[in-house]
Amino acid sequence: MSATQAASDEILIARIAQGDRLAMQVLYGRHHVRVFRFGLRLVRNEQIAEDLISEVFLDVWRQAGKFEGRSAVSTWLLAITRFKALSALRKRKDAELDDETANAIEDTSDNPEVSVQKKDTSDALRKCLTSLSPEHREIVDLVYYHEKSVEEVAEIVGIPENTVKTRLFYARKKLADLLKAAGIERGWP
Amino acid sequence: MMAMSNKVPNQEPGEIEALLPWHAAGTLNARDARRVDDALASDPELARQYAVIQEEYAETIGLNESLGAPSSRAMQKLFAAIDAEPARSGSTSVGLSARISGFFASLSPRTLAASAAVGALAIMLQASVIGTVLMQRDTRTFQTASYEAAPSPASAPTTVTRSLAPAPAPASVEAPTRLFVRFAPTARVSDITALLDGYQGTIVDSGKDGLFRLQFGNRVMTKDQIAGLIRRLENEKIVSMAVQAQ
Repeated sequence: MSATQAASDEILIARIAQGDRLAMQVLYGRHHVRVFRFGLRLVRNEQIAEDLISEVFLDVWRQAGKFEGRSAVSTWLLAITRFKALSALRKRKDAELDDETANAIEDTSDNPEVSVQKKDTSDALRKCLTSLSPEHREIVDLVYYHEKSVEEVAEIVGIPENTVKTRLFYARKKLADLLKAAGIERGWP
Repeated sequence: MMAMSNKVPNQEPGEIEALLPWHAAGTLNARDARRVDDALASDPELARQYAVIQEEYAETIGLNESLGAPSSRAMQKLFAAIDAEPARSGSTSVGLSARISGFFASLSPRTLAASAAVGALAIMLQASVIGTVLMQRDTRTFQTASYEAAPSPASAPTTVTRSLAPAPAPASVEAPTRLFVRFAPTARVSDITALLDGYQGTIVDSGKDGLFRLQFGNRVMTKDQIAGLIRRLENEKIVSMAVQAQ
C-alpha cells in the first residue's frame, strides 16, 4: 500500500471517530475484500468469514477514536480480523472445521499428488499452500499477499520479529516438504 | 562475515536468507533491500532460493485472489449494526482537531519515524499550516447561502488574482522562487504533502481561501524555469492556481 493511501486511511479513521458514516463506507470499500480473504483463509468458511468482516468493521466504528496511528490502518484491521477469526475458531469443534475445510476451500477433486501427476506445479503449489497449518498459512499470506513487513506481521500475530522470520522460513520448508512428497523438486532446500 | 544463507537443513535461516520473502514482496527498507540485492548477486544458491520464493509469492497471490469477495450481505449487516449503535455525541462534520490529529497520526509509520527529528518537526509544522488552511477553506465550502450573498472582496475567488500583485513583500532578485498556490477543494492533506515533497516545496505563508505562499528549493530560477514550474504545477490535479509571488 502506498504511503498516500496509508495517510488517507488514517484521516478516514479520524472522520469515523467523529461518526462519519461516509468515511466508514469508503474504508470498508477499500479494505473489505482483503479482510474477508484473510479471515477466510483462517476460518475456512465463507459464511463465518462474511460475519467476521461485519464484526471487524463494527469494531473499527466503535474503536476509531482510540486508534493511535502507531501502525497502518490495514495492519490494525488484519490484527482485529485475526483476533476475531481465532475467537470464532475456538467456538467450533475441530472435527467440524476439518469437514468444512474440504467443502469450503479445497473443493476440487484433486489432492496434491494428483496435481503432480498432471505435471501442474502451479496447481500443486496452491494445494500445498492450502495444506499448510493455520500458523504457517497465516504468515505466508501476511507476507506475500497482504505485503506486511516483518514488524507489521509481528504486531498482527503478536510474536517477536525474529520469530516472524524463522516461522516463515519453516513454513516455506514445510511447503517444500509437501511438494517433495508430491514429487516436485524445486531445488530448495 | 555475516551468514547469507543456511547450507544445513533444519537450522535457522541465515540473516539475509530470512529476508528473501520480504524482498520478493518489496516490503524491505532500502538498506535491507540493498543488502539482499548484493547477496543475491554474489551467492548463486541464495539466488536459486529466491527464484523459488518468487514462485511461492506469485502462487500465494493467485490463491488469495481466487477466493473471491464477500456478498453485499456483509455490508448490509455492518451498516444495520452501525445504525443501531447509539448516536455519537460529536458532530458528524470533521473538526479541525480531528483533521490535524488524523494527519499527525499519518506521520507515525516507521518510514517517517526513521527520518531526522528536525525534518519531522518541519513536516509537522507544515502539516499544521495545511490543516488549518484546509479547515478555513472547508468552512467556507459549507457556508450558508446568506453568507455567500455578501462575500467580502478579499475572499471572493475572482478577486484573488488581482489581490496577489501588490501583496508580496519586496523580494531580492537573488531570492529563491516563491509562488502563490491555491489547491483544489478536493485536495487532501496527504496529497498536498506529497506534492510539496515532489517539488521540494515548503510553505512560507498561508492566507484565506486555501491560498499558500510556497518556496521551491533554495536556488534562484530563471524566468523560463519559473514559467515551467508554474505550468507543471497547474497541470497537477490538486492545484487550481499558481502564480509568481515576487
